Amino acid sequence: MSPLWRTSGSTLFRDVALVCLADGLVGASFGATTVAGHLAWWVPVALSLLVFAGGSQFAAVGVVLAGGSPFAAVAAGAVLNTRLLPYGFAVADVVGPPDRADLERADPDRAGPNRTDPDRAVHVRARSARWRWLIRLLGAQVITDESTAFALRQTDPARRRAAFWTCGLTLFAVWNVSVLLGVLAGSVVRNTNALGLDATFPAVVIALALPALAGLRTRFSAGTGAVIAVALTPVLPAGLPVLAALAGLATGWRPRRRTTGEL
Amino acid sequence: MPLLAIAALAVITYAFRLVGPLCRGRLTLPAAATVVFADAATILLIALAATSALFNGHDFAGWARPSGVLVAGVLAARRAPFPVVVIAAAGITALLRLAGVA
Repeated sequence: MSPLWRTSGSTLFRDVALVCLADGLVGASFGATTVAGHLAWWVPVALSLLVFAGGSQFAAVGVVLAGGSPFAAVAAGAVLNTRLLPYGFAVADVVGPPDRADLERADPDRAGPNRTDPDRAVHVRARSARWRWLIRLLGAQVITDESTAFALRQTDPARRRAAFWTCGLTLFAVWNVSVLLGVLAGSVVRNTNALGLDATFPAVVIALALPALAGLRTRFSAGTGAVIAVALTPVLPAGLPVLAALAGLATGWRPRRRTTGEL
Repeated sequence: MPLLAIAALAVITYAFRLVGPLCRGRLTLPAAATVVFADAATILLIALAATSALFNGHDFAGWARPSGVLVAGVLAARRAPFPVVVIAAAGITALLRLAGVA
């Protein structure tokens, strides 16, 4: 573990801790509102462990609580998680353990065949191809908005890897524990409407989406999408209006002037 | 929500995560696709927030909940800390209901 911790500055730990604290609160409210909506306790727990993507967990549960079909719930969650695809490409170099090529790029003098650093030599030799794959498969599960953002803030490859893994693993632990605590808290409270807990779900979702609403084009698309969804909710089966909001994508898209004859 | 639906969402989500690390160095994603994915996610979240603030199933949820959510949204836009946003949403909705607003 030493390379991971050695390259992590105290600012990284502090920032990760702050993000985990905020996400812990989101997780707790997810657990609480889900069981308050009379879904079984294992639904939020299984979603958090297996899906581990806050926005899509809220979306899937939101569709089901509104009376939508499981299919619509999966579709909404899946569309939301398409953004993990570009994230995977962005952090692809740090999801797995460093291979020889990485080390040579980072430090061409010492990573050659005659290098003397025993720590690094052990590091490379100990990782068989199978072990390397296992770490990569595990690392993929902790690709999130947060771990990607932390990784991309670093320029040095070793620091990128440290930031990605520190944030990813800590967040996985904090998220699942806080969801469980939320489930316990939510099962204790009887009249959730009198406490206004039903208003926390949309509030949390807005707080999650706000940072992405910086651009005027995104705001316009999101506004159009929300109007479409609200207008269709009284008439369409639950779950579909939210998916129909994706038509808002078309309003934000401006055709670029073509410089060549290609499409 | 059936376990099968959770498993399906988990498999789809994991597939999205894994493609990048699997294609490492051999394939890149067009920048336009990244923008569309990010926008789609934001649109869905805002639509979800709007419908879940205003409706219970197909019916209007009453004024208390959307009022609480609106205040929370303004606070979030003004970069209020996350706990403040959540407590404001619940607190204002609860107070309005206590005052007799549905």
